[in-house]
Amino acid sequence: MNHDDVLLNVRGLKTYFYTLDGIAKAVDGMSFYLDKGETLAIVGESGCGKSITALSIMGLVPQPAGKIVNGKIYLNNDDILEYPESKMQDIRGDKIAMIFQEPMTSLNPLMTVGSQISEMILRHRRVTKKESWERSVSMLEKVQIPSPGRRAKDYPHQLSGGMRQRVMIAIALSCNPQILIADEPTTALDVTIQAQILDLMLRLKQDYETSILMITHDLGVVAEVAQRIIVMYAGKIIEEGNVFSIFENPRHPYTKALLKSIPKFGNRTEHGREPLQEITGIVPNLYKLGSGCSFCPRCKEAMDICKIKDVGLTDLGNGHRVRCLLCKSKREE
Amino acid sequence: MLAYTVRRLLQFIPTIIGISLIMFCLLNVLPGNAALMAGGKRELSPELIEKMKKDWGLDKPLYVRYLIYMKDLAHGDLGQSFLRQEKVNDLLASRIWPTLRLAVSAMVIALTIGIPLGFFSALRQGTWGDSASMIVAVSGVAMPQFWLGLLLMLLFSAKMNWFPTSGYGDGDFIHLVLPAITLGLGSMALLARTTRAAVLEVLEEDFIRTARSKGLSRFLINRRHVFQNTLVLILTTAGLQFGSLIGQTVIVEKLFSWPGLGSLLVDSIFLRDIPVVQGGILMIILAFLIVNLVVDLLYCVIDPRIKYQ
Amino acid sequence: MKDTIYKKILRRKNLVVGIIITLAVVFMAIFAPLMSPYHPIDDADLMVSDQPPSIEFLFGTDEQGRDILSRVIYGARVSLSIGLLSQAMNTVIGVVLGLLAGFMGKWWDDIIMGLTNIMLSIPSLVFALAIMALLGPGLINVFLALGFTNWAYTCRITRSQVLSSQELNFVKAAQALGYGKIRIMFTQILPNIVGPILVIGTLGVAGAILIEAGLSFLGLGTQPPTPSWGGMLATAREQLFTSPWISIFPGLAIFITVLGLNLLGDGWRDYMDPRISRQ
Repeated sequence: MNHDDVLLNVRGLKTYFYTLDGIAKAVDGMSFYLDKGETLAIVGESGCGKSITALSIMGLVPQPAGKIVNGKIYLNNDDILEYPESKMQDIRGDKIAMIFQEPMTSLNPLMTVGSQISEMILRHRRVTKKESWERSVSMLEKVQIPSPGRRAKDYPHQLSGGMRQRVMIAIALSCNPQILIADEPTTALDVTIQAQILDLMLRLKQDYETSILMITHDLGVVAEVAQRIIVMYAGKIIEEGNVFSIFENPRHPYTKALLKSIPKFGNRTEHGREPLQEITGIVPNLYKLGSGCSFCPRCKEAMDICKIKDVGLTDLGNGHRVRCLLCKSKREE
Repeated sequence: MLAYTVRRLLQFIPTIIGISLIMFCLLNVLPGNAALMAGGKRELSPELIEKMKKDWGLDKPLYVRYLIYMKDLAHGDLGQSFLRQEKVNDLLASRIWPTLRLAVSAMVIALTIGIPLGFFSALRQGTWGDSASMIVAVSGVAMPQFWLGLLLMLLFSAKMNWFPTSGYGDGDFIHLVLPAITLGLGSMALLARTTRAAVLEVLEEDFIRTARSKGLSRFLINRRHVFQNTLVLILTTAGLQFGSLIGQTVIVEKLFSWPGLGSLLVDSIFLRDIPVVQGGILMIILAFLIVNLVVDLLYCVIDPRIKYQ
Repeated sequence: MKDTIYKKILRRKNLVVGIIITLAVVFMAIFAPLMSPYHPIDDADLMVSDQPPSIEFLFGTDEQGRDILSRVIYGARVSLSIGLLSQAMNTVIGVVLGLLAGFMGKWWDDIIMGLTNIMLSIPSLVFALAIMALLGPGLINVFLALGFTNWAYTCRITRSQVLSSQELNFVKAAQALGYGKIRIMFTQILPNIVGPILVIGTLGVAGAILIEAGLSFLGLGTQPPTPSWGGMLATAREQLFTSPWISIFPGLAIFITVLGLNLLGDGWRDYMDPRISRQ
């Protein structure tokens, strides 16, 4: 890694779940970095381990089943996995903040939204209650909630889904974090609202100079906001690169299939539209991963050897890396 | 909210009428029985029985008696005891304070021990402390109260001599201890279980994860986010428990010779003093209805999502 | 498949303990004459009254010199039969009223649901007392009192099952094809409520046993000399300080039986639907 401005550096992260049914390797050796001011997207189907990756960084892996068994997470060159819980609590919200998928349930129904913002400010900043309240109101204003002074006294059920997600963003940004982790921030919202929220996030990102780790299954969202993309499958990175190389020149069969499964504007032939392709098969059972490539059962280009031989990431240059024997053999030829 | 309260209070009226109708029918379908029972095993002359019937108004047809009863009830008059030279109102009034004292003390025990125990258990889920308190809770639910009372008497009165066996004393605290524990333990156990389940449910909520992502300490999260949301979930159970406590005073009062509504009710059942039985049961049901109303109003206070029109 | 069901049941310790206790009590009730060392009523001998537990009388004797162990064993018969029969009656009442309310609708529904709400607003012990006040003390009367007090939940569940099944398209189709209500009742509704009703029933039996013991303790229930756990405790109260063993064993019997049934009912509910049990 030859950057000087790496903010977050994840090395060989393994987060496993120990349950009655066995061990689920939700995150199985993830290594990636996030630069200052960058937006990195982690893309994958649900259950591929992308949310667990985010929770591992936050130190919020569901207990007691989940456990980080290996790896290092450097924040400003400090391994935060070594931190005790109390120090981790200082980091959460202050250095790394997170927005969750479900705006309907992610706010406490019995507290006003204003006090849910100000409790975060009071936790990390030396301010009086009054100051924290004023700052909460100004945060609501920043996320473009009309008449923020009155809205601060509202309870979550009095707000729409989009408004609540704005409140979540206000909470997350209220202490000016270095990293904002957004776990499917727009999935639960209407399409029109989605665009507004994404716009808002990008604009605030500029204002606050925050790096964003965007977790999503929606490649449309990715194209709009991210500079770099990580495609995840069954707990592993299978392709990584900047937005252009991934969208223009996807190398992994899974990435190719993902891109073909989203409707594209202008993709028409004489016979009408090019049909959308679905990826057949299902997400593999994380309890029963074999030794070979985990995408192999669904892969159209699979070879016999794929079933047995696991493969490392192949560097294709320019930061484009891919985990596939097809690319490896081509390079070796 | 005031309008809601008034409307709910008005809704008591049809319920009370319905219940009193059912009870009146049940308790009065055997006319004259009360007179015979009142005489006990003694042979009464037919003339005397007729006179007693007349004195108590039992010679009139059933529907007339019901109408008279309802007319009196509308004026808040529960009638005249068959056997004691007292009005039912006065009898009940003299007995209600001991019962209320007992039931409220028992409820305080149930709440102040049950809820913290449930919290403790849930926050230490899977430890031996959790298992131990849940074994206590499951046992407490299955414990027959009169047996628990007997055991407590045996241990704390006979062996240790700490508390009196039974009786009301001068209404002092020391007489209250054993009956209140006896009455409260079952509810305590049930509340502990409900609280544990509620806390575990709340801990799974998304907003708890949000609170943790803010960097709040466990203690603060439990105090600020978990506690209130748990209360919302256990309030109904707490209300139902208080209602059933009032019903169960019958047994505990009898066991500890406590001069309350419950023992009056049992004695009157044996004596077939129908007006007192009717009045006593109506009283208990009214208390139950009021508790339910209070629970609903409390919801309004702690849960902003609920607004009663 | 069978193997995993066994495993799932065994994983729930509550359920296993509940099943074992319940089976033991049922066994005790059925084989009472074989298991008890003396006759519970006839073997009264004033020469050996108020004896503390010994080799001869494992649980001691009461004021009439009867063996308490034998009386406790026979007492299981009274408790279980009252509990089972009254709960069976409640179930029948609840299901029938629920079906009527659900299928007939209109004023049937209003009246039955009104009645159900009234029933739910009276503590069951108080209602049982009211019926006892009418009927007077006695075993049969206890059965009647308990058999009419605990049907409200069953009624509600049945009714809501009827209502929700009528929303289902295949039921609508069946109705359109002219299938009668009876047929829909047997094919759609009853199979769906068997599970919840068994859980309610198990817990109801436990509740009924507790109330029966309470009524007998008050002197309103089973009358002497028939051995019943609650009745034994009533006499024990008078001799609490002189012969405490009389009060310990019958109470323990009630406690263990109710505990077993509760564990069975709760465990079963957890087994059927782990989510509901949290509530």
